Amino acid sequence: MDSERNDEDGGYSGPILYYTDAVIDHFTNPRNVGEMADDEADGYACIGDPGCGDEMKLWIAVRDERIERIAFKSYGCPGAISTSSMLTVLAEGRTLDEALAITDDDVVGALGGIPENKQHCSLLGVKALRAAVASARR
Amino acid sequence: MERRFVYMDYNATTPLRPEVKAEMIEDLELYANASSLHEAGRKARSRIERSRAAVAALIGAKDPERVVFTSGGSESNNTVFATMFHLGRKGGRKGIVTTKIEHPCVLNAAKWLADEGFPVTFLDVDEYGVVDMDQLRRAVGPETLLVSVMAANNEIGTVQDIRAIAAIAKAAGAYMHTDATQSVGKIPVSVDDWGVDYMTMSCHKLYGPKGIGGLYVREGRPLEPLIRGGHQEHGFRAGTYNNQGIMGFGLAAELAKAELDDYVERIGGLRRRLRDGILAAVPKCRVNGHPERVLPNTLNVSFPGAEGEAILLSLDLEGIRVSTGSACASGSLDPSHVLMATGVGPELAHGSIRFSLGRDSTEEDVDYVVSRIGPIIARLRSMSTVSY
Repeated sequence: MDSERNDEDGGYSGPILYYTDAVIDHFTNPRNVGEMADDEADGYACIGDPGCGDEMKLWIAVRDERIERIAFKSYGCPGAISTSSMLTVLAEGRTLDEALAITDDDVVGALGGIPENKQHCSLLGVKALRAAVASARR
Repeated sequence: MERRFVYMDYNATTPLRPEVKAEMIEDLELYANASSLHEAGRKARSRIERSRAAVAALIGAKDPERVVFTSGGSESNNTVFATMFHLGRKGGRKGIVTTKIEHPCVLNAAKWLADEGFPVTFLDVDEYGVVDMDQLRRAVGPETLLVSVMAANNEIGTVQDIRAIAAIAKAAGAYMHTDATQSVGKIPVSVDDWGVDYMTMSCHKLYGPKGIGGLYVREGRPLEPLIRGGHQEHGFRAGTYNNQGIMGFGLAAELAKAELDDYVERIGGLRRRLRDGILAAVPKCRVNGHPERVLPNTLNVSFPGAEGEAILLSLDLEGIRVSTGSACASGSLDPSHVLMATGVGPELAHGSIRFSLGRDSTEEDVDYVVSRIGPIIARLRSMSTVSY
């Protein structure tokens, strides 16, 4: 796996074709993997469809409008798993309003980019977070 | 086991055999155009004709002249479909009968003909990927121009009964084409036993170079050039002869023929070892493709609860190179059209891995893969939303 962007191609700065070290790290050691029991979780969302190749479940425990704990499970490709993991890192400890402001670009940027054809995989985490926040506020 | 590099993607492509590579490098010195009339040109041409004879021998074609060199499998397939386009436009038969599990170049060529107003039937396959013969008999009739069925599938390895299919096509007066890209060099192939009119071959699947392939055309069958120009290949395929590619193809074919029996036995044994090892190491996985009528080197397995590209990357990080039928790998939302046609369902198709073995594969390679696959699937399943 090449960690640098296209270093094999002598620095050609086209689309990213390879996973970055950060993506590999979050894929092989995803953060905050797990589940929360109903009485622990204040917000929950399930986004995606295994029949379409990816599904994510996200739980948040909220205290004083802040995400105190976050947990996820994911069936999906390395792009989906690594962006889900990074999303939980970005969201943990944030206020619900701050969490709602997290974008796909924030997640992708924090991973140092993901290959062009994998961009759609990053959508799942942000969608799940927004849905989980909405469910916590109900 | 210690970490090692294991290539198990031979159906994607094969490494160049050292003997073939040496032959091609030597041939690079002979720069003469094989169409030139001088001595150097005649020498180059005679080397090409020796290669043509070797390729013909591998596929049981008595007359080497019936082999046309092309740039590869896609060009060979497209040449056949373009020929049918020209024939059908002139009136008469226009029906095309093919299957849902063909390689994209046949599927897309068939869709092109459908767009041009040709009636095209895509036959179903059973759960093992075997063509539905009753449906074939009903689909083929006096209006059928071409029946095109791949000899063996690239993803699941299922081998079709081409002889029986060709007999049905012939009885209806239709032409019979088979894409034998994955079969040549892996199982016995005989254009006469099978009774095919056209057969597609690719060189880089049998340890030769990329960019060269062939099309067998039975005597008297029409052929419309895809590339018009000079008189090369009797005018069926213009363009300066690809000397080095053709030399590589010839030697690769000669070696494949000499080693075929050994290949089938040894690689078939490794496949069984890999299959049994994976089935023992991973609970609740399933082998796709036909249990017996299958290429000796191809093993396709679905791992419920884990996604294919996640498995692929996990194996890749362990030095193991395979491929997957998951949608994510292909860049579309749809998983493998082949697995979907066998009815495994999208979840199992997304979680499928193709292990394809080759002549450099060893028992140590197989055992290494078996030692790594269990923990990989267990890890992905432990974080998965999908119960299995």
